[in-house]
Amino acid sequence: MSKIIDFQTDPSKYRHWRISLDGEIAHLYMDVDEKGGLFDGYELKLNSYDLGVDIELADAVQRLRFEHPAVKAVVLRSGKDNVFCAGANIRMLGRASHAHKVNFCKFTNETRNTFEAAGAESGQHYICAVKGSCAGGGYELALACDHIILTDDSTSAVALPEVPLLAVLPGTGGLTRVTDKRKVRRDLADVFCAMEEGVKGKRAKEWRLVDEVVANSKFDESVLARAKDFATKSKRPDGAEGVKLTPLKRQFAEDGSISYSTIEVALDRAGRKATITINGPDGDAPADMDAFHAQGAEAWMLRAARELDDAILHLRLNETELGVVVFRTQGDPQRVLAHEALLLANKDHWLANEVLLYWKRLLKRIDMTARSLVAVVEHGSCYAGVLAEILWAVDRSYMMEGEFEGDNRPLATLTLAGSNFGQYPMGNDLTRLQTRFLGEPEAVEALQGRIGDALEADEAKELGLVTFAFDDIDWEDELRIFLEERASFSPDALTGMEANLRFPGPETMETRIFGRLTAWQNWIFQRPNAVGEDGALQRYGSGKRGEYNMQRV
Amino acid sequence: MLDLVNVSYDTLIPNNVGLSNDRRVLKALEKWHPGYINWWSDLIPDNFQKSLVYLRTAVSVDPKGWAKFDYVKMPEYRWGILLAPAVEGRTIPCGEHYGEPAWQEVPGEYRAMLRRLIVIQGDTEPASVEQQRFLGLTAPSLYDMRNLFQVNVEEGRHLWAMVYLLQKYFGADGREEADDLLRRSSGSEEAPRMLGAFNEETPDWLSFFMFTYFTDRDGKMQLEALAQSGFDPLSRTCRFMLTEEAHHMFVGETGVGRTIERTCQVMKENGIDDPYEIDRIRALGVIDLPTIQKKLNLHYTLSLDLFGQEVSTNAANAFNSGIKGRYMEHRLDDDHKLTDATYPVWDLDANGQLIRHEVPALTAINMRLRDDYTRDAAGGVGRWNKIIEKAGVQFEMKLPHEAFNRKIGVFANKLFDPDGKLLSGAEYDAGVKDWLPTHADGDFIQSLMKPVYEPGKFAGWIAPPKVGIDNKPGDFEYVKLYMA
Repeated sequence: MSKIIDFQTDPSKYRHWRISLDGEIAHLYMDVDEKGGLFDGYELKLNSYDLGVDIELADAVQRLRFEHPAVKAVVLRSGKDNVFCAGANIRMLGRASHAHKVNFCKFTNETRNTFEAAGAESGQHYICAVKGSCAGGGYELALACDHIILTDDSTSAVALPEVPLLAVLPGTGGLTRVTDKRKVRRDLADVFCAMEEGVKGKRAKEWRLVDEVVANSKFDESVLARAKDFATKSKRPDGAEGVKLTPLKRQFAEDGSISYSTIEVALDRAGRKATITINGPDGDAPADMDAFHAQGAEAWMLRAARELDDAILHLRLNETELGVVVFRTQGDPQRVLAHEALLLANKDHWLANEVLLYWKRLLKRIDMTARSLVAVVEHGSCYAGVLAEILWAVDRSYMMEGEFEGDNRPLATLTLAGSNFGQYPMGNDLTRLQTRFLGEPEAVEALQGRIGDALEADEAKELGLVTFAFDDIDWEDELRIFLEERASFSPDALTGMEANLRFPGPETMETRIFGRLTAWQNWIFQRPNAVGEDGALQRYGSGKRGEYNMQRV
Repeated sequence: MLDLVNVSYDTLIPNNVGLSNDRRVLKALEKWHPGYINWWSDLIPDNFQKSLVYLRTAVSVDPKGWAKFDYVKMPEYRWGILLAPAVEGRTIPCGEHYGEPAWQEVPGEYRAMLRRLIVIQGDTEPASVEQQRFLGLTAPSLYDMRNLFQVNVEEGRHLWAMVYLLQKYFGADGREEADDLLRRSSGSEEAPRMLGAFNEETPDWLSFFMFTYFTDRDGKMQLEALAQSGFDPLSRTCRFMLTEEAHHMFVGETGVGRTIERTCQVMKENGIDDPYEIDRIRALGVIDLPTIQKKLNLHYTLSLDLFGQEVSTNAANAFNSGIKGRYMEHRLDDDHKLTDATYPVWDLDANGQLIRHEVPALTAINMRLRDDYTRDAAGGVGRWNKIIEKAGVQFEMKLPHEAFNRKIGVFANKLFDPDGKLLSGAEYDAGVKDWLPTHADGDFIQSLMKPVYEPGKFAGWIAPPKVGIDNKPGDFEYVKLYMA
């Protein structure tokens, strides 16, 4: 599967989804085009999905938040008669490389998290209206919604048949949300997750697998009524006007490097390294939210987030051999702070809230990127406020100390803002600073006193905010040796090591999904019982059952 | 010792499965029974419930003399549980367990698949009774009315057969599924039947005949395939059901044949040679042959959809696990495992041309069964043409191409004519009124649907049968109607 995967799309290009707007309520119809697979060799039957379907879903979810702020409830439903969604396409999974499977699962997980959070964070509640078979990834879509309504037609059921049918796990949050979110009793969860046919009708409600079961003849009516209930509870503004997410300005060079308006991605294939440069705002912050709204997708805070998001996704899926991602920033830290401050001061404005939430998700996307992440704080950097978070998302950071010969950029600094103390929590629900200073919570408290100070290298290092600070004698060599060494290690061991070290502290449902569930799934994705020539995934569709090595490991 | 050939009437439920010694299942079935009787009572119009109908009731599973005929009120029909006799030393006839002893109990690893197949089969049985519930009101003769009710009670008994398997072999889950079979109902908004074709009303008698010829024949093929099951109780159940199903095909084939015969006869009597003089023919109160062809086109293609996707994982799984075989599996000369075999299935090439290409035979089980079905269905069409030929009318009934009017599979939602030519939307719109029944055709057929309740008399649009049921004379009173 080598083909450039583009994460940019818009509703005029959708093949698999339809949005229909009805005042405060949007209906998001899944109606997958069988012939619309991202790759050849499989058909997306029964509303099954591949990455292409999920890219459209992610786009739809994002646009509902930004372009349709007046929508308070989104009804997720099937556009097909007899099936809600059959889950991830098995033939696609059977053919996909291990790397693609893992990336696919990660992206779909991030998308589920995005619409799951939409209700609590921004008052846009997802309600799942299930009619027809809702199995595997189909039920996982439902699980990420705030409310699940199942029709009682004596046929429609919810199911997680992965274990008995495919010898893999419901790995898009399925197992975790059944126990942690829906709090299904764990013995019943065992029964549920080991049966092919799933659970229907009243039992689905009794087992807490769905929130309500309604008569088939009253299904649409009940769904609409429930959507209205949620809309009434929502704190979203009435009739607010959205912001159009216009196409990104993006240019690919022949060597694969990318230029956006605020982001540059330079590739060093020999060194297996990508360098992402974030350029700070080139103008003053908008005067107020009206001005921000008028700038819309052009406003720096939104534009940079969209561009950086696209760059990260592109590197993840399309540049899998670049093992190290280096972050740089260049610009005026005061301007970065000013642009962010406008939003922080107007958090009750829906758009300010959405942009801040987007940065929260984007920073988590960086946390979750399986590459060695490095930040370099050069002269002229603008690691301030939101951008400073990157310093604590990466595995380690290097900062220039003192004057460098021939370099007349402003001396390297980093600047804390109030936002670094709670605005952008990680998946473990701690701030990056809390996670960083898990053993010395008092250090975080002390840092609050330094908000707004432009901290130079010696101080930043002293405060533990960067890993290393080097002067111009050592800088180049230290960095080169580190990068060369890093690029030579086993990528598997690095991924495992980094994923473990990045998320100390308490577990949350999110960390359990990305840690426990994903790790087990990825282990199973390597095992012959699933992916071997005679494994269940490979044999799926052939009529032959998987042959298992019955040894318990 | 159990008498497994003759039917035991010592319990509420006639059976040859030793029910009186199986307290658990007997109790479960007796609990299910009232719900079933309610379902039946709510369904069939009251005056028919109280009428005496000359029905055959199975008294044995011996192929010779398995049934006896007598007058019975339908609610008092002895719905029994009858399995064909066990074949000693029977082995699993196909798939990866080929040659192993047939299962007498449900194998745990295939529990879900078996249950699903039985539920789907079971769901179609009562559905057709529901679809046909009002036809008694417009029966063209008492003979036909009796045939309708015979078909109905036997479909009801087939439901019993599936329910027995669910109750006996699938524990608590099976009992729930058995209850749900009565909960779902054809065309219901609340809980429709599982397969789309079984949610359409059967509006008139020509539709009924077409249904029993084409759609019940799908049922026959499915039963044939399940009769090859390695799960022996299912195999034995289906083998006996096939004995009864043959009558349903007979009703369909002779019903359409008698309609055609009558049309040809009236045309000749009135000097009409051109079968396309539709208005003149209709004015004489018979159904013109082109309209019969349109009905044929509709019912044949709807029935093809019941076979599912040409290439199917579920079908492959069912075959390979030995749960469902092929048509006449025991007569096929191959490894019965389809390890490396291929089978040609329909597809469309890049230019929209219909082609057949080879796929692993295991995945093409549905396609193969559908091909067998098409061959089986062609027989009766040939006999209909003999009737037309004998009458001296220039017309030939034809099965349309499988691509025509399909909603499921590779041809779904593409536009073809009955010869299998891919059409533009405009071409299709221009032709479709000649290929499928229009609402006006339906209105016309409906206008002929007037009941004839006098013994020995037949509606003007249909010829009498050659021979009576149970060799009864032409004026035999097959139904003693209850007159309130």
